[in-house]
Amino acid sequence: MNKMQEEMQRLISKQELDRAFDARFPREMQEKLRSAKVAVAGLGGLGSNIAVMLARSGVGKLLLVDFDNVDVTNLNRQMYLIPHLGKPKAEALPELLYQINPYIDYESVCVRVTPENVKELFAEYPIVCEAFDRPDQKAMLVRELLTQCPGTTVVSGNGMAGYADTNEIKTCQMMHRLYVCGDRKTDVGNGIGLIAPRVAACAAHEANKVLQLIMQD
Amino acid sequence: MVKINGEDKELAGRKLLEYMLEAGFEPERVVVERNLEIIPKDRLGDILIQDEDVIEVLNFVGGG
Repeated sequence: MNKMQEEMQRLISKQELDRAFDARFPREMQEKLRSAKVAVAGLGGLGSNIAVMLARSGVGKLLLVDFDNVDVTNLNRQMYLIPHLGKPKAEALPELLYQINPYIDYESVCVRVTPENVKELFAEYPIVCEAFDRPDQKAMLVRELLTQCPGTTVVSGNGMAGYADTNEIKTCQMMHRLYVCGDRKTDVGNGIGLIAPRVAACAAHEANKVLQLIMQD
Repeated sequence: MVKINGEDKELAGRKLLEYMLEAGFEPERVVVERNLEIIPKDRLGDILIQDEDVIEVLNFVGGG
């Protein structure tokens, strides 16, 4: 077992955490969440926020995929902390998540996603969150998931730059197995930066759609 | 008549890629669905739009 996981489990027992959930949610909901498997592709502003929200919600298994390291420019919107600087995100994020819920099964992979490894990474996951940064990579992942992983529903983030009204961020079903969250227009490519509130709002849309998909199953 | 991104258009007989480029889409950053089937990126150039096709071109912007 991971050292952080071990330490956190020593601080709080599974029963204590379960009881806290019991008090707030119907048992059926907890069971569904506990047996759910969700993958998050890209652990930046969207992905790190999505993973934290899903861990807090008690999703039983999370696959976390990113090739990048934590950089100082990430601190304005991503969940990482100064002690994480320089570490692979696939290592830093589980460390954080263990401190939220050490009884979730986190699997992390430090790899760049390509059309060649999409199937191997994600085909077993009924729900995958697209949380990449570059538009061509977003399109590639969504395209490959929808063609190579027939049992997978994709929740994608598209358009969350700047500080325009957060009400413009919406969740829409765009295709049979594809939900898109975002304003679908604000582009970092146009010189609009990414700022914490709208990125978190978009991540919350993605995480909430994931919960809906789990509950309707 | 063809339905593209929810709008009716007279596009039957035209090349899909040609129309997309004209409409300002970049093939690298879109996902294209035609009659509920995703079109692989390297096949976009082969597709001839047919009458009654329902096409969705989803354009991605940067940021995440």
